[in-house]
Amino acid sequence: MAFFHALQINENVCEGCSHCMRVCPTEAIRVRDGKAHINENRCVDCGNCFTACPHKAIFVKQDDFDEIFKFPCRVALVPAVFLGQFKDDITVSRIYAILNEIGFQHVIETEISTPLYTEKKNEMERSNNNKPLISSFCPAIVRLIQVKFPGLVDNIMPIKAPLDITAMFIRRKLVKEGWPEDQIGVFYVTPCAAKIAAVKSPVGEEKSSVDGVINMDSLYNRVYKKIKEQGHDYKEVKLPIAQLTSDSILTSLTNGERRLSISEHSLSIDGMDNCMEFLEKVENDEVEGVDFLELRACDQSCPGGILTYNNRFLTCERLFNRARYVAGKERRGELTRAKEVEDEHDYLYENISVEEVEPRSISLDPDISKALEKMNKIKEIERMLPQIDCGICGAPSCDALAEDIVCNGCKLSDCIFVQRNMEARKDMKVEESLKIMENIWGYEKIEKFR
Amino acid sequence: MHLEYTVIEGDFVNAGSASSSIKKTLKQLNVNPSIVKRVVVALYEAEVNAIAHAYGGVVTADIDAGKILLRVIDKGPGIPDIEWAMQEGHSTASPEVRNMGFGAGMGLPNIKKNVDRLNVQSTVGVGTTVEMEVNLS
Repeated sequence: MAFFHALQINENVCEGCSHCMRVCPTEAIRVRDGKAHINENRCVDCGNCFTACPHKAIFVKQDDFDEIFKFPCRVALVPAVFLGQFKDDITVSRIYAILNEIGFQHVIETEISTPLYTEKKNEMERSNNNKPLISSFCPAIVRLIQVKFPGLVDNIMPIKAPLDITAMFIRRKLVKEGWPEDQIGVFYVTPCAAKIAAVKSPVGEEKSSVDGVINMDSLYNRVYKKIKEQGHDYKEVKLPIAQLTSDSILTSLTNGERRLSISEHSLSIDGMDNCMEFLEKVENDEVEGVDFLELRACDQSCPGGILTYNNRFLTCERLFNRARYVAGKERRGELTRAKEVEDEHDYLYENISVEEVEPRSISLDPDISKALEKMNKIKEIERMLPQIDCGICGAPSCDALAEDIVCNGCKLSDCIFVQRNMEARKDMKVEESLKIMENIWGYEKIEKFR
Repeated sequence: MHLEYTVIEGDFVNAGSASSSIKKTLKQLNVNPSIVKRVVVALYEAEVNAIAHAYGGVVTADIDAGKILLRVIDKGPGIPDIEWAMQEGHSTASPEVRNMGFGAGMGLPNIKKNVDRLNVQSTVGVGTTVEMEVNLS
């Protein structure tokens, strides 16, 4: 079964330059016929390829904006990071007014439910025996563990992310107000590709409470256009549901969960490579005494999401400032609490859990004897390959090519070193080796030299 | 399939490299993650034992469809009383080793908990062979 993933390659734009292939943490990309191809079962939607592509050939599939108008009652589920995209002189209330104007009758901040999420997380930290407990906040990390660290799936806390809890809340609120369930459309404004995959094929859940996803960059364009059109003539709308706490504002930043952890030993790590390095140690049982792990795929966490516009450090700064401002109000007792969310506490808390996460391992064969046979062949081929991981075969490493030869019908002669040797021994004509290169890198790249 | 790794005396920095590599192999073979975990825990303990107590040695792994057989063969000094060493909390580790967080006397008992068969052969002055077998299905 193939898994949904949001990152797609636009073949009309792709030059087959292999930059993406070299940065993929799960070796999911190959170049064939001069185009990059993503293996859906290996992709965890981390977005490394999107960032590495010099031609903007990788895009994030999103729902058509007009989809929202299929629903009479439209909700924008907006993470704090979105508001961090704009400069300080553009107020949050002004952005809300614009979101109303472009079609959303209701705007709600994703993090409104984080106190509940934190409560559940802390409860799990208290009762957990399988250390370390790994946060389920970042969907790219959950998928990475399923694919690359299947032995750690039981460490992932089986609870919904704040975005799903908030979607549940707003849905229930609107149903209580008299809207039929199927007329409510909840649209999440996503900073990254992984959250789209999380909505389209949730882990440990049948169906998400979110109906669609809007990419943050495209919504930024829409909102910013309005800001430009308005000039000095604009209105502001206060949120009907009370503001976020300072803790909630900071949740999606690195350390956002760890700083509220009740455990003695907890870590927060961001960046795909950093997370993988640490998970490797955890899986080897080399790490002792860590109770809680907050792992985020992007540098600086969600402000570093691939669909954000603003520089991630500036976004963090704006969110910190907002949190500091709110913290001042909290100290003076001026903040109105999110009472509506608190009123639904018991209902939300009851529905906060998801089923345990299942591994999604990428093994050579479901049958162990066959897998062993394949692995023996792979090891044999690996010894013949130069082990310099040049990528000219269209695979990210010599070991990946060896696997592709045994499992996916590639040939040893896809390796340039093997080709040159065969040519020297007169086992292969130059035209034949050029044909191989053409099959991998496309006609255009070879034709130039003919 | 046969795999082999070298273990160097006192090289705690590289402890776990054999178990890490074998883990990768077992994952590709679609071995149940909980079984992989037991193999990794047992082998890591045995590796650390060889690094902490012995003058280095080798780790070998033989994998077939039904089981994995691991051997950690060190070059001495050997265990005088295996039964004593098999008990929790019994350790001859030096203060330096203990300071590094090892040597709690849980090594062999922990290995025993995680493998299906364990055989420790030791000759004082010659060396110790720890043989561990784990069923893969």
